[in-house]
Amino acid sequence: MITTTGLTKVYRSRGREVTALDGVDLHVREGEVYGVIGQSGAGKSSLIRCINLLERPTAGTVTVAGQDLTALAGRGPRAGKELRQARSRIGMVFQHFNLLSSRTVQDNVELPLEILGVSGRERSRKALELLDLVGLADKAKSFPAQLSGGQKQRVGIARALAGDPKVLLSDEATSALDPETTRSILQLLRDLNRQLGLTVLLITHEMDVVKSICDSAALMENGRVVESGTVGELLATPGSELAGALFPVGGDATGEDRTVVDVTFLGEAATRPVISQLSRTYNIDISILGAAIDTVGGLQVGRMRIELPGRYEDNVVPVGFLREQGLQIDIVDHTADTATAADTAQESVLLKDGAK
Amino acid sequence: MTWSEMQPLLSQACWDTLYMVGWSTLIAVVGGLPLGVLLVLTDRGGLLQNLAANKVIGQIVNIARSLPFIILMVALMNFTRTITGTTIGREAAIVPLAIGAIPFFARLVETAVREVDGGLVEAVQAMGGNTWTIVRKVLVPESLPSILASTTTTIVALIGYSAMAGTVGAGGLGDIAIRYGYQRFETELMWITVAILAVVISLIQFAGDYAARSLHRRGGSSGPAPRLRLLKAKEPAAPDVGKAA
Repeated sequence: MITTTGLTKVYRSRGREVTALDGVDLHVREGEVYGVIGQSGAGKSSLIRCINLLERPTAGTVTVAGQDLTALAGRGPRAGKELRQARSRIGMVFQHFNLLSSRTVQDNVELPLEILGVSGRERSRKALELLDLVGLADKAKSFPAQLSGGQKQRVGIARALAGDPKVLLSDEATSALDPETTRSILQLLRDLNRQLGLTVLLITHEMDVVKSICDSAALMENGRVVESGTVGELLATPGSELAGALFPVGGDATGEDRTVVDVTFLGEAATRPVISQLSRTYNIDISILGAAIDTVGGLQVGRMRIELPGRYEDNVVPVGFLREQGLQIDIVDHTADTATAADTAQESVLLKDGAK
Repeated sequence: MTWSEMQPLLSQACWDTLYMVGWSTLIAVVGGLPLGVLLVLTDRGGLLQNLAANKVIGQIVNIARSLPFIILMVALMNFTRTITGTTIGREAAIVPLAIGAIPFFARLVETAVREVDGGLVEAVQAMGGNTWTIVRKVLVPESLPSILASTTTTIVALIGYSAMAGTVGAGGLGDIAIRYGYQRFETELMWITVAILAVVISLIQFAGDYAARSLHRRGGSSGPAPRLRLLKAKEPAAPDVGKAA
């Protein structure tokens, strides 16, 4: 539904060049919720603005619903008619809502319809229908200043849907909201995704957002996509930073001569008694350092950090046994300084704490 | 001078002042509003970025604003004659008044429009709106409370300028104050005109503030809510003060 190839954006100011996007290839399938996560400065905002060409990419192409938008761009800074038409079929919601304070809630939702040239009666019918959909039917005559943050974002969403878009871009839509409101807005996005078959591309710095509604995710660092895939694929990728951040599990080795292994159970595998089998088969003592079970992107996932006696060289066979069971095994490297390794990993993936 | 002598003079002067200021304000708004918006649009990073045009408009505005009004009036005499057919009287004074006020108002509009959150412009661009849509639906409506306040400032400034319109025989309150009060030592009449001017300006300022505030309160993203809260907070406090006294 959305495909970018080699998307590059370089900002030039006063002779200095800043590369915000460095050859981004992204593929968002129809009907999925796709999350792009990264620290501020990673290029997320530039990416989402390049999708509807609010920012003109320096190089590369953007295709939305089969239409090559970069080809429509035309010359000069202004958007041509075709590009504006294409934009009207792409909804966008913003971190700071961007509602017009001089208009009522209903008039705000009607604005995209005015631009499309829809007649007055049809406009108000559609606006009221959308406000009903986002649960704000009683606020039609209020002004944005009278609403709470969550309500404002609902208006923002209703407005973004006015042009019957197939694609919704969400620019940190929940970042200015409290956790409770964040959950309800994400739920709304999820519902709209399912009810209307809406494809959603969202950017965020909050891992919880990806965790709760995304089917697929991409991690951005320094203008590049370093990891991407469906949540299931990511969790099944050994050493995936994104998977680690989506589903962190803690615990340090208790001594020098120990092998620490992260075991990830996906779906079916979660039900088998692997650990006791391992213990009996090889007659070893296993300590569990940390464990958690959670639902990520609608997928039941278990993750456990276990410790085996002896160095890795001594445990090749038991680890092999675990792999044979169809489990995903990550050896936690503690030959390097475990503490700093964990720190850098956490920093680069940022996440949970940074978001809070 | 008795009141019966002063009264017709004063009412004619009031009417002349209102006539001149009214028309010149109207022209200043009609001319200054697009000019102010254009100053923002053509500036660096603007929707119609055109630095050359921006410089030219900016310079014209600066030059027009730096001319003392009385010089402007003299300098524009030929132009005034082509438009009104005369260089004396009320109609002739409107031309330099309006032309002096256009750049003044344009600068105020520019400042007001610059205050509009860039995110709103981006939102309307994302909906597929063109520049004209953005001007009509975002920039002007969102800055309307400020533009209204600017209009009030412009009217008050024009009343000040109009005192000099007497030099081309246009009459008005300022002219009365100078001719009768200053030159003929009719001190009483001078103070009455000053009082009338003070009252008129206060009324205009009050009306302008009220209009701007009610617009702001209606929508207001940041301004009105805290202000309203302040008012409410004061209300219950008032009776306590009374009791204490």
